Amino acid sequence: MTAGDIVPDGLRYTNEHEWTRLEGEGEAVVGITDYAQKLLGDVVFLSLPKIGERLTQFAKCGEIESPKAVSDLFTPLGGEVVAVNEEVAMHPELVNRDPYGQGWLFRLALGDPGEVDRLMTAEAYRALVASPEG
Amino acid sequence: MLRESLQPPLTSLLQQTPLYRAHKERGAHLTTFAGWELPLHYGSQIEEHRAVRSAVGVFDVSHLRRVLVEGDGAEGYLQRLVTCDVGSLAEGRSRYGLLCNQEGGILDDVLVYCLGPARYLVITNAGAYAMVEPWLERWAAYEAAVSIQDLTLQTAMLAVQGPQAPALLAALVPAAAGLPRGACIETTWREGPLLLARTGYTGEDGGEAIVPAAAAERLWEAVLAEGAIPCGLGARDTLRLEAGFPLSGQDIDASTTPWEAALERAVDLEKGDFLGRTALLDAQSKGLQRRIVGFEMVDRGVPRHDYPIIADGKTIGRVTSGGYGPTVDRFIGLGYVPLPHASVGSEWSVDIRGQKVPARVVPLPFYRSRRQ
Repeated sequence: MTAGDIVPDGLRYTNEHEWTRLEGEGEAVVGITDYAQKLLGDVVFLSLPKIGERLTQFAKCGEIESPKAVSDLFTPLGGEVVAVNEEVAMHPELVNRDPYGQGWLFRLALGDPGEVDRLMTAEAYRALVASPEG
Repeated sequence: MLRESLQPPLTSLLQQTPLYRAHKERGAHLTTFAGWELPLHYGSQIEEHRAVRSAVGVFDVSHLRRVLVEGDGAEGYLQRLVTCDVGSLAEGRSRYGLLCNQEGGILDDVLVYCLGPARYLVITNAGAYAMVEPWLERWAAYEAAVSIQDLTLQTAMLAVQGPQAPALLAALVPAAAGLPRGACIETTWREGPLLLARTGYTGEDGGEAIVPAAAAERLWEAVLAEGAIPCGLGARDTLRLEAGFPLSGQDIDASTTPWEAALERAVDLEKGDFLGRTALLDAQSKGLQRRIVGFEMVDRGVPRHDYPIIADGKTIGRVTSGGYGPTVDRFIGLGYVPLPHASVGSEWSVDIRGQKVPARVVPLPFYRSRRQ
């Protein structure tokens, strides 16, 4: 939508504006995109999944609250939650400040790595947020 | 996520202020409020909130209704409509009051500026105006010598708020220098006429300026050039919430009385008769059943408008306003509860989408400027 939206290469994206980064032995880190944090405005509260919770790809797994609204968080991939960013739970503004870094949300041990193929590449996601419906 | 946010806005039905273009140019995130399309924030409402607490911010509040009441009958007319004493209001002063119906319910809250003999400006809210406008007209029919004129669409209104606001205003408006808080003056600045009132809705020092619509952009740019941070409705809402000010239509409405809303300061029972006085005396003698309170969340969670307040498994009230207060760094809110649950220290829960999150009653306001 705006020229300045950061969409790093190498990550995969959903049309709900989450990103995921594959790491190590079948694990993935999840967060929301720069476009999403700008659209939400200041993030003031996060409800994140719990360690050990099993998630299904694209299922609702939490909530993100800005002053104006509560938005659902969906997981880009299925699997078991192996880590949750405690820092971001106490300091939700990290999502605004550094959505792809300190603002990461949780880490999954993947159930089916093949699910990645259903996610957008950076190129496809850039096209999505650049479109008027972005 | 964000499904809801992606709905296209109903742009064609919305009113825009004379600063609409200026807001778009600055990259404002727009929102709809009471039929107006206004800035929600320009990037971060929390940063805007902090700018007002620590320095100075400017808000486009052109959606507030500005109603000029003139004529020999103006004082009597306002005395009948408004709960505060307009008779003792000196020229160049303002006073906060309420419009109540005959049942003592609050239709709106207002600021009355006395501009001169038989000449008043009444500032009312955008949200309630569909109801307030016919109310003002209906009662004007009972006064022979009063004329009421809605200046809203031909003027713009900016709120300049924060500890540095008085100096900023004095730099642009010569008459602002030394103007005391609560005072108002019809004066000029380098671009023409301007009405300045040392009033606001943030809990900080500052003022509100009204200019002809054609001069709105020039004033806006001049205020920004003097260093004010542009602020949206988001910051305005958290600033007023921390300061304990009610939002008309949300914290106060026709179902609440001034006594329940803790607005005794806005009511003068001694000034003579006014609309709602009999009912308010009656309610006073019967005693209060419920009262508005300020509360903070004991556990983390965002209380929002209309969430139930729960005690002993029962719904005892509703949150009327709530959110994160950036200056107090807590989740805070306002809501009505029965008197036994209204004292400071009372504990109950807020039902946040099915989860009962503990909360505690605290004194109002949540925040008080140390500079005042």
